[in-house]
Amino acid sequence: MINIEIDGKQVVTEPGSSVLDAAWKAGIHIPHFCYHKKLSIAASCRMCLVEVVKAPKPLPACATPVTEGMKVLTHSEMAIKAQKGVMEFLLINHPLDCPICDQGGECMLQDIAVGYGGSDSRYQEEKRIVMHKDVGELISTMEMSRCIQCTRCVRFGQEIAGMMELGMANRGEKAEIMSFVNSSVDSELSGNMIDLCPVGALTSKPFRYTARSWELSRYKSVSPHDGMGSNLSIHVKNNKVMRVTPSRNEAVNECWLSDKERFSYQGLNSPERLTKPMLKQDGKWLEVEWPVALEYVANGLRDITQNGGAAQLGALATPHSTLEELYLLQKLMKGIGSENVDFRLRQADFSADGKRAGAPWLGMQIDDINNLDRLLIVGSFLRKDHPLLAHRVRQAVKKGAQLNILHSVDDDLLCPVANKQVVKPDELLDQLLQILQALKVASGTTSAHSEISGAATSIAQSLAGGQRVAILLGNFAQQHPLAAQIAVVAENIASLSKASFGYLGEAANSVGGYIAKAIPGNNGLNASQMLVAPRKAYLLLNVEPELDLQDPQQAIAAVSSAAMVVALSAYKHQAQAYADVQLPISAFTETSGSFINTEGRVQSFKGSVKPLGDARPAWKVLRLLGNLMNVPGFTYDSSEAVRDELLSGTPLAERLNNHLDLPLPTQAVKAAATGLQRVAEVPIYTADALVRRSTALQKTSDAATPVVSMHGSELVKLGVASGNTVNVVQNGVAVPLKIVADDKLPAGVARVPAGHPATALLGAMFGNITVERS
Amino acid sequence: MLSEQIQTKINRELKKYPADQKQSAVMSALRFVQDEKGWIHSDDMADIAGFLGMPKIAVYEVATFYHMYNLKPMGRHTLTVCTNLPCTLGGANDTLAYLESKLGIGMNEVTADGKYGIKEGECMGACKDAPVLTLNNKKLCGNLSHEKIDQILAELDKS
Repeated sequence: MINIEIDGKQVVTEPGSSVLDAAWKAGIHIPHFCYHKKLSIAASCRMCLVEVVKAPKPLPACATPVTEGMKVLTHSEMAIKAQKGVMEFLLINHPLDCPICDQGGECMLQDIAVGYGGSDSRYQEEKRIVMHKDVGELISTMEMSRCIQCTRCVRFGQEIAGMMELGMANRGEKAEIMSFVNSSVDSELSGNMIDLCPVGALTSKPFRYTARSWELSRYKSVSPHDGMGSNLSIHVKNNKVMRVTPSRNEAVNECWLSDKERFSYQGLNSPERLTKPMLKQDGKWLEVEWPVALEYVANGLRDITQNGGAAQLGALATPHSTLEELYLLQKLMKGIGSENVDFRLRQADFSADGKRAGAPWLGMQIDDINNLDRLLIVGSFLRKDHPLLAHRVRQAVKKGAQLNILHSVDDDLLCPVANKQVVKPDELLDQLLQILQALKVASGTTSAHSEISGAATSIAQSLAGGQRVAILLGNFAQQHPLAAQIAVVAENIASLSKASFGYLGEAANSVGGYIAKAIPGNNGLNASQMLVAPRKAYLLLNVEPELDLQDPQQAIAAVSSAAMVVALSAYKHQAQAYADVQLPISAFTETSGSFINTEGRVQSFKGSVKPLGDARPAWKVLRLLGNLMNVPGFTYDSSEAVRDELLSGTPLAERLNNHLDLPLPTQAVKAAATGLQRVAEVPIYTADALVRRSTALQKTSDAATPVVSMHGSELVKLGVASGNTVNVVQNGVAVPLKIVADDKLPAGVARVPAGHPATALLGAMFGNITVERS
Repeated sequence: MLSEQIQTKINRELKKYPADQKQSAVMSALRFVQDEKGWIHSDDMADIAGFLGMPKIAVYEVATFYHMYNLKPMGRHTLTVCTNLPCTLGGANDTLAYLESKLGIGMNEVTADGKYGIKEGECMGACKDAPVLTLNNKKLCGNLSHEKIDQILAELDKS
């Protein structure tokens, strides 16, 4: 440790830390613009100049490492003169348009100019003008004259987002921040540049000019999207969510948010919001009052229970629902007598049910990912499914970790990949078995040398050589028709390579759903069975069957043939075609609730705004339904009471366990390989109901209409060229899509995204698919 | 697409650097393109980025930072006149005015036949010969008088 003195205060700090860090530790603020804790040091703004005793000139505190006995003065005559000078220079070309600037009120330049600048400027000449740019739908670059060239946005792209999309072109007084020939900024983390910009040069396009920062009330909340559970700050004006920014939590999202989490709030104020309970009478939708609607639902459920048996009821919920909602839904169903509840909507293989030692989770803490030195990620569209987790993986790789990938597509992860094996979906299990075999051969536990691919051997070697190893299963592996066997093999690989084994949670409550027991009880039907054998009545919580389920064809057929469908949803959606009752429920900002993220962290939040229209929190709706159905134990007066009930007893940590009590498959049974196999990802901006209605995100390139991509040789076989429109057929239903050649895909595979309106008429996410010339 | 000659040249250049630092060759790559085409189109920058595995905007940063790279056609013979302080004291303004009147074009312009272009330059490190200009960034001409300029242009006219 090193002892230094800052403004007369003794500070003990680590060797290698900067003066700025040390001062911050001692509670002394040194003004700065270009310095950011998470980014590399540029020392370009010079705002943090301080006097170091015996140094002949002021030194930048951010780039000056501490040395023993150093004496730093942040308010000496020299330091103040330097700060004033720098401030004057920074303001020379900065427009004086604070009154109309979106950053006004939360601007670092404004604050620091007040604190350290002069009251007027000596500069009389013309200010320089930087032309505005267009970098897409999320970041506004209409006032680039405000830029002070701190290059935080550039460094963010290089170091955090993994793709450098903005750069500083030209030099000297002509230097300006821009993208390459007006291309858009497409990173899924791009919104963070808005937060990073210390001035009003990069502002939020959807938020611009809708509110001033001092008019906003801020409420803490938790992201309802991916398994990360990012902490949010919800900014509210006049009972309306105006924008979302990150709330710092080093253990979860650090100070970042993915664009999905940042801009999905637009969906909260969507015109598609359902604001009144509605009943279908003679084919027409009528707005009714809550008691009427609930009475109708209760009667309907009673009717079906009495005539067809409670087993004729099925309940489906998305894993984006809160813990309390999921718990009450299953309690209601089980109270009525039906065990048919499920939240694992996109899962295909349920053979692990009843064999699980606990709820599947990440198997470690999220911030442990940064310190791993070997990773094997199986079947994950990592960047799009878990944007911030992918960022942590990139940080680990930057520190020297070896990343191994086993998947059916070869998307750019924006970091070096040590070994990768890209195979058809039905070969995934076989490849995993080969890795396991290679590990066994290496450790000498077996000499049986069945065929092992080179990639499997190198992956096994990589895993065996690590100290902190993790095997993680992505969404694709969890949705795979052989998911249970894949998990068993992965668990065995993990135990052989002394790795931790875990699942990347697909949604905000993928762990919470298990903890809330929103899974079928004894003899209950799971999400797939409920659709294969259609029920007479369905309760849908937040579910849009054509987009949220593994097999939309089956789902639509099932709900269309049901006698009663109750859609609890924040939105009017396709349910209007098949539902009988639509109950408007609150979006996540309008209710209190909890999510359990993929590392098993329970995060509760309060409502930030009042529910829109007559919408009500789903937990209250379910509680009332429970009362109406005379189910015992529905006396909760707060969501906290629900949460405390379901979390009481066994500590949560003991309920998380990835072990599967299933035999290790010895050999992968290969299906007769005929025809094309479908590889389906869920596009990032159609993954849940909220983000589907964010108008800005829907205009980004990630939200473009899906195409079918196949290996070039498959296109030749078909006799089509990239850009042609083809018919994609599953179970006799054809959907026209554009075809694109992607030679990184294995042959025999057609990549057709699911969960998008353009492909909602197709069938299961896995299995055979036909592509025909149209 | 980068021509085969350029690719060969870049590949030769790459041997000078470690395999994981291919972007070190970006300045040479830009030079090869300019030597072949006379200027560097943004499509060529994108191709270089692809070839060296670096972000396009990073190539653009380099190409716009250095004044030697022509971002638009600058004529078959580009005369880059230094306008920094020592050259200006040495009479660069006069040199420039004479050149402009001889060729009938202004700074950063190209003659109608596409033969000559005048470009604004920065210090070329030959201040003792001020005022100076470079010919296509390759040949340095110093101590410029009207006679000397006439002589340079006469020689170029022949080619």
